[in-house]
Amino acid sequence: MANALTDFFRMGGYGPFVWGAYGVTALVMGGMALAALLRTRRRRRELSRLQSRLENRPENRETAR
Amino acid sequence: MNLHYLANPSRFMRLADALAPWLALGTGLLLTAGLYKGLLDSPADYQQGEGVRIMYVHVPAAYMAMAIYAVMALASASFLIWKHPLGDILSRASAPIGLGFCVICLVTGSLWGKPMWGAWWVWDARLTSVLILFFLYLGYLGLSNAFDDPARGDRPAALLAVVGVVNLPVIKFSVDWWNTLHQPASLLRAEGPAIATEMLIPLLLMLGGFLLFYLCLLVVRLRGELLAVRMRGLIVGMDGS
Repeated sequence: MANALTDFFRMGGYGPFVWGAYGVTALVMGGMALAALLRTRRRRRELSRLQSRLENRPENRETAR
Repeated sequence: MNLHYLANPSRFMRLADALAPWLALGTGLLLTAGLYKGLLDSPADYQQGEGVRIMYVHVPAAYMAMAIYAVMALASASFLIWKHPLGDILSRASAPIGLGFCVICLVTGSLWGKPMWGAWWVWDARLTSVLILFFLYLGYLGLSNAFDDPARGDRPAALLAVVGVVNLPVIKFSVDWWNTLHQPASLLRAEGPAIATEMLIPLLLMLGGFLLFYLCLLVVRLRGELLAVRMRGLIVGMDGS
């Protein structure tokens, strides 16, 4: 059982190369995904902040008639 | 769709919000299946042993680096010829993703090459032309972001994207035209794929996963670009009143 796991990590001796390759792939793709998500979140926050500032201006407030 | 984009950004936003989760789900499913098949449920190569598994990230990354550049070239051409602003936006949104895949291709290629050929790098036609692709991506990103006024970098960057497209057939046919250390085509050949089915399956799964990953990120980035445009509009509106 432990042997199978060891064999898996060793990758027939190619371990560092195979896992290095998959690691770089995961890092770059994960980084791109994270950057996109964070940017979207920041922009949404920024947008709602701007919108509430605009809505709260005296001339934009609903006034009872 | 392009004029609709300008006139109906809300519709695109709703579309993007609806699409993004499904694209993400599809990406996750395909990558999970691809990783399972590639790492656990496919044979080692009789020559390359377990090292062949690098192929399942290296080849899809290579295809995506090239495909995305093709998208950029087409989008940039439509921007230059018909002045579609969407062409410029699509190209800009795609560029960083294409660069990422190009980096993955080069790095995983070196990691594959070192145990197989004994060299991290050789200046053969395939590797050199992919390195050129990497510099084209850098050049595009540099040009499109070089000026304080983003609009000034639009046309030079678009020109670079269009002109650089000649590199794509060079990459593709480099292994045929020149003596390369890089192996010849195994997938897109006139005679059909020359690869065992048990290896073709994880390869296609990973390729599909990478493709959906690009589309998902693209939708998210386009949505972000729309949000930025809306914010600029709001800021202008506030300054104007």
